[in-house]
Amino acid sequence: MIKRAFFKSKFLPYLLILPQIVITLTFFYWPALQGIIQSTLLSDPFGRQSKFVWFYNYIALFTDPLYLKSIFTTLVFSLAVAAVSLFFGLFIATMANRALQATAVVRTMLIWPYAVAPAISGIMWLFLLHPSYGVVALGIKKWFGVNWNPVLNGTDAMVMIIMASAWKQISYNFVFFMAGLQAIPKSLIEAAAMDGASPFRRFVTITLPLLSPTFFFLSVMNIIYSFFETFGIIHTITQGGPGGATNILVYKVYQDGFVGLNLGSSAAQSVVLMSLIILITALQFKFVEKKVQYTG
Amino acid sequence: MVEKTPLLDLFTYLFLILGIFIVGFPIIYSLIAATLPLEEVSKVPMPLVPGNQFMVNMTEAWTRGDLATQIFNSIVMATGITVGKITVSMIGAFSIVYFDYRFRAVAFASVFCTLMLPVEVRILPTYEMAANVLGPLQPVWEYLHMNDFLSWFSGHDIDISLNWSLLDSYTGLTLPLIASATCTFLFRQFFLTVPEELCEAAKMDGASPMTFFRKILFPLSKTNIAALVVIEFVYGYNQYLWPLLVTTNPKMTTAVIGLQNLIPMADDLPEWNVALGGALLVMLPPVLVVLLMQRWFVKGLIEKEK
Repeated sequence: MIKRAFFKSKFLPYLLILPQIVITLTFFYWPALQGIIQSTLLSDPFGRQSKFVWFYNYIALFTDPLYLKSIFTTLVFSLAVAAVSLFFGLFIATMANRALQATAVVRTMLIWPYAVAPAISGIMWLFLLHPSYGVVALGIKKWFGVNWNPVLNGTDAMVMIIMASAWKQISYNFVFFMAGLQAIPKSLIEAAAMDGASPFRRFVTITLPLLSPTFFFLSVMNIIYSFFETFGIIHTITQGGPGGATNILVYKVYQDGFVGLNLGSSAAQSVVLMSLIILITALQFKFVEKKVQYTG
Repeated sequence: MVEKTPLLDLFTYLFLILGIFIVGFPIIYSLIAATLPLEEVSKVPMPLVPGNQFMVNMTEAWTRGDLATQIFNSIVMATGITVGKITVSMIGAFSIVYFDYRFRAVAFASVFCTLMLPVEVRILPTYEMAANVLGPLQPVWEYLHMNDFLSWFSGHDIDISLNWSLLDSYTGLTLPLIASATCTFLFRQFFLTVPEELCEAAKMDGASPMTFFRKILFPLSKTNIAALVVIEFVYGYNQYLWPLLVTTNPKMTTAVIGLQNLIPMADDLPEWNVALGGALLVMLPPVLVVLLMQRWFVKGLIEKEK
């Protein structure tokens, strides 16, 4: 789309778009291309020699039990993070929306975890869940009677990174749910109330369906968040361990590429991730179009 | 609300307070831990009464973690990304919306395709790129026999290989993260809502494109810019993977990464008071930015994702 009134100039528009194009080409397209090429090569760890091997890296990847396990880990992790943070975000936003006098104060008190780096959230939760010093760990041991130890036990470590990742994401979801709730016309709620629908009934039959676009959007964003941005949490507190229990896909790309120096496999993993995110984005755009029709 | 529901209201406030407490708990607890001496912090359970060692722990974290250097690096990186991203995408969007030229659609499409492609999915090749930005030009250089040409030209043996590394530099920390389809897209959407009459009037008064941009478009975009400043600052400050790769020199590391050195490992003294003190210090700049610019932040967050 272009404006009805526009400027005519020979060089200026090229000059203006140039920085963006140069950076995009250098740091997006060229690396993406290199990644794809590298994923078809088998090279020694020093990168001196490489051999074209077609899809060997991909085949090796999808027959590697460690990679399949990592896919499973990532799925469990991202679904859990999305579910926990969506539930809390929606719950708190609904409550805050009811407490009309206090909305601004509540918002201030809930918004700041957004600014906390994932890695820092990880450090705080590591302390809270630390097997010897953590206060939450103490509570878990006492109430559930389990021998809590995220340093040695894979499941416990997974629970720890889920908590650290979901905690940070609550405020993000809260902001969007809050905006979604405030956009719901009051008249709808009032009409339902006059027909005798209880607050809970109104929430289920009016609020939730009207929030579904927000809900879908946030699910996608939360899954993308837990796929990629949680790298900091994992690198600071578990390093993919114990025994690969928290080795999610993006961490494996880093480990295989930069620590293990298995360049071909790491590149193939990058390409897989890239395709995955393109798929998710395409899906989302398809949905956004639907949303436009829905609201008219 | 619509009807009077005193009981439900009571529960609403109770749950709300509980929710705020759960969200705030890690911070409150870290704050208390940061005020305690070592013996207290390693007690199980840790006492919930703040101690008087706050300044001692903070100073310890500040010097041991070299936080002055690292927070400075983080702020430079965050500011660089913020300013760079907003400038590049704003003029880019201006070019796409307000000019008609042959490659306009191609330019827009090529930028748009990179939407949502985070640096995490292409780390290795991007790293190689940063290690030598001129690498892709080397074959061109050799193809043109530039070395032979220069040798012939100067009469000496010259062997130039193109090499410009961004590793361990502020440019390396910021430049690759500056390209952002989201910001460009946001500005494009905003420019499209600017009334046509403004541009027509400006043209009639004989304003050049850049005058129009400076005097009309820029002032109109101020709230959008403010919103993006908050979001991009937080984004830049909290980057983890990229600074981890491009910096090896401890003097160039950013604060979020440097913090890891403060976490007590299994054999160390459990100095969690120092570690958490450091964590609180490091998170302060972005948290302050978000809280102080809350209004723009909320607006920006929601606009950006539309």
